[in-house]
Amino acid sequence: MKDQEIRGLVADVKEGTLSRRSFMQKMAAVGIAAPMATQILMWNDVALANATLPYKPTKAGGGGPLKMLLWQAPTLLNPHFASGTKDQIASRIFYEPLAGWDKEGNLIPQLAAEVPTKANGGLSADGKTVTWKIKQGVKWHDGKPLTADDVVFTWEYAADPATAAYTTGSYKDIKVEKVDAHTVKVIFAEATPFWADPYVGVAGMIIPKHVFGEYKGAKSREAPANLKPVGTGPYKFVEFKPGDILTGARNEDYHVKVQPHFDTIEVKGGGDAVSAARAVLQTGEYDYAWNLQVEDEVLKRMETGGRGKISAVASGDIEFITLNTTDPWTEVDGERSSVKTKHPTLSDPAVRQAINLLIDRDSIQKFIYGRGGVATASFVNAPAQFKSQKLKYEFNIEKANKILDDAGWKKGSDGVREKDGKKLKYVYQTSINAPRQKTQAIIKQACQRAGIDLELKSVTASVFFSSDVANPDTYTKLYADMEMYTTTQPQPDPERFLNQFVSWEIATKENKWLGRNVSRYSDPEADKAYKAAQKELDPAKRAALLIKVNEIFCEANVILPILSRTRIAASLNNLSHDHSGWDVDSWNIAAWYRS
Amino acid sequence: MATYLIRRLLIAIPSLLGISVILFTILALAPGDPFSEMATNPNVPPEVREALRASFGLNDPVMVRYLRWLSNMAQGDWGFSFASRINVDDLILQRLPTTLFVVGSSQILALCIALPVGIYAATRPYSVFDQIANTLAFIGFSLPTFFTGLLFILVFSVTLDWFPFVYRSDIAATGWRWYWEMFRQAIMPITVLGLFQAASYTRYVRSAVLDVIRLDYVTTARAKGLSERRVTLRHITRNALIPVVTLVALQMPAVFGGALVTEQIFRVPGIGSLLIDAILANDTPVIMAVTFVFSCLVVFFNLIADILYGWLDPRISFS
Repeated sequence: MKDQEIRGLVADVKEGTLSRRSFMQKMAAVGIAAPMATQILMWNDVALANATLPYKPTKAGGGGPLKMLLWQAPTLLNPHFASGTKDQIASRIFYEPLAGWDKEGNLIPQLAAEVPTKANGGLSADGKTVTWKIKQGVKWHDGKPLTADDVVFTWEYAADPATAAYTTGSYKDIKVEKVDAHTVKVIFAEATPFWADPYVGVAGMIIPKHVFGEYKGAKSREAPANLKPVGTGPYKFVEFKPGDILTGARNEDYHVKVQPHFDTIEVKGGGDAVSAARAVLQTGEYDYAWNLQVEDEVLKRMETGGRGKISAVASGDIEFITLNTTDPWTEVDGERSSVKTKHPTLSDPAVRQAINLLIDRDSIQKFIYGRGGVATASFVNAPAQFKSQKLKYEFNIEKANKILDDAGWKKGSDGVREKDGKKLKYVYQTSINAPRQKTQAIIKQACQRAGIDLELKSVTASVFFSSDVANPDTYTKLYADMEMYTTTQPQPDPERFLNQFVSWEIATKENKWLGRNVSRYSDPEADKAYKAAQKELDPAKRAALLIKVNEIFCEANVILPILSRTRIAASLNNLSHDHSGWDVDSWNIAAWYRS
Repeated sequence: MATYLIRRLLIAIPSLLGISVILFTILALAPGDPFSEMATNPNVPPEVREALRASFGLNDPVMVRYLRWLSNMAQGDWGFSFASRINVDDLILQRLPTTLFVVGSSQILALCIALPVGIYAATRPYSVFDQIANTLAFIGFSLPTFFTGLLFILVFSVTLDWFPFVYRSDIAATGWRWYWEMFRQAIMPITVLGLFQAASYTRYVRSAVLDVIRLDYVTTARAKGLSERRVTLRHITRNALIPVVTLVALQMPAVFGGALVTEQIFRVPGIGSLLIDAILANDTPVIMAVTFVFSCLVVFFNLIADILYGWLDPRISFS
């Protein structure tokens, strides 16, 4: 879809001739994720629909205890040090950002008085500044008022390289100014179309200046509040044993009048995903368990008891295969898979196309992941119903055989195809994880039938995903022909996510393999489109450019997407909760209630 | 006695040093790093990972890191956890009471079963009681704790709904209710661990008693007309207990090892589950500290065993 057409549709929504929902569906059809679509609408001053969530209780408190089970236990409670989702979920009970993302990708104000738009003066015409108005009358848990100083301080804290905050990516390139006691202005160096990154969602939690003031920079580790949070959230801190249990009590001064419903909250950690699901679905000891990466068959069996239910929401996380177009078996200047080399067989586009045809995505979804993922051919994925129309996947062994025949790859006596003495034999690596090993087996079988021999390799996750420079088995080194893993898309906007497809991010020995482009494939067209998207202020044009980057890599069959992952949670039948694939599970915990 | 104790403790120092060198080297050689979780998150710039590695001293040579660890340790500084950034000693002290409670109770349970059953079976070898006890003991130590643990959960939690299977370190109750809740949630882990230990101890006690029961002095005691009860308790059991004490003491590391699995299954927040979490997160200071605590426990229990020998058999002197 051309950007003019998108603009036309936006005009229709404004005039009321096109419903918001149909607009989203039309956007989805061309591969624009819902959050992007809402950003497009907001940019054009179309107000948010359904910006509040259903909440029935008429008074705060009285709900008894809320018991959550995170099978990976939280280890610290500073949101800016939270390395994994477990810590972010725990921090979000006590801290809040200016706004959060709901499961449709809508921006919902939390500590902000309103979402900035052009109409209310929040967004400047040049796209370089965003003005946030902070809610009045919000108090920290120690009784001090929340002011613009705290918001400015959060930026100073996270942007300071010596603090080594994990959220620094959202803050290091911006400036924040205090306008008045309850207004701040975020200034970007360049026009920034995705302005809802600092102060929003997981990276956006505001911390109090009067508590963390002394602990900025190198002293950040010593802050007592890293383990004893003082926030603005719906629950006040009571007790925390790292790696074990976290308790909180209802914040009686919470800034949303009738919330929260529960009197206390308990987050228990440890164990494994299967038994966490059991503690909710079968014994009902806990109200909620998150991130249940369990085979769907097992979950379905547990659900038959009728005590609890599974809910799945779509996320941007994607399980995919990378084909190595450089040669992993030849060393150049002390480095394998060097960009100076070419893969002897995988650099042939026909071979890559054939492999893509040999992935039986439907079976992988049906028999392995169930509700845990949706088969897809696109790297960037919106919520489930929003998928690119252009990129399509197909499982067709005959077609793969034909393509290989036409390209001159002949079957040898061992059934493996070869040309000029080079055989289609590959090492296919991934991390150790039951669904992944089953997926490997399914793909290996199909490849066999097309004369491609795959040697399966699995590496323990803590090694595979580490940045250990000395280890040859890390995923960023890609010392194999193909590899498979999931990469997470933390924000609804795919710009930062798509930096895996640009040439200056290629992982090499020089950058200690810290570059994010692991495939080492590059295309000047993709680079150009990405750079243009970074500056493009018009949301419609920008979306079109980012879609192009995604399509270049998928159409070249270098990146073979398999499944768009969903986030699975189990809850008791009487718990009304709401989790989002674009934010952490506890993003809106104040509005959870028991019916 | 005092000089003996001092001598033993001094011998323990080089062994603990040796253990720490080996542990540190293995951990340093093992692949993986504590910040792997950030790897697939595009929001965390690589510079942050590098800065953290540098500030936590992970880029220094192994030798330098070890010496730094050792000198800090000598000054009572156990370092801090990379994952939670709190001091390791706090973390361990938080977990140790739970482990001692669960492992300690399970040991007491194991001995309460193993001693009477083993002795009774040995005094009536090849009787029906002996056969049954032997068979059960055999089954008991053939079944690993992760299996019996799951079985207990399925039977007593899921099907019968009698006990909770998530162990909680803080219980929102006071007075007797607190003790009751604490007891109720500890039943399953303690039983699983206790039965497993009891099985192997029973067989050991039985054979130890059988060795003693036919010795001349037992015949002498019987000939003197002492009651069977007095012969068994005073003459047989006391002597048979010496090898059993060795076994119990040497089994302690294995018990903590078995507790790792049990703690994981029942979510008991002990040092076992702390160790597993730390290993999964490559949290070196915690792994070092916990394994070091385990080594100290082994050394300590060996010492206790030696002291108990002297009490059980005064001929074994300390000089």
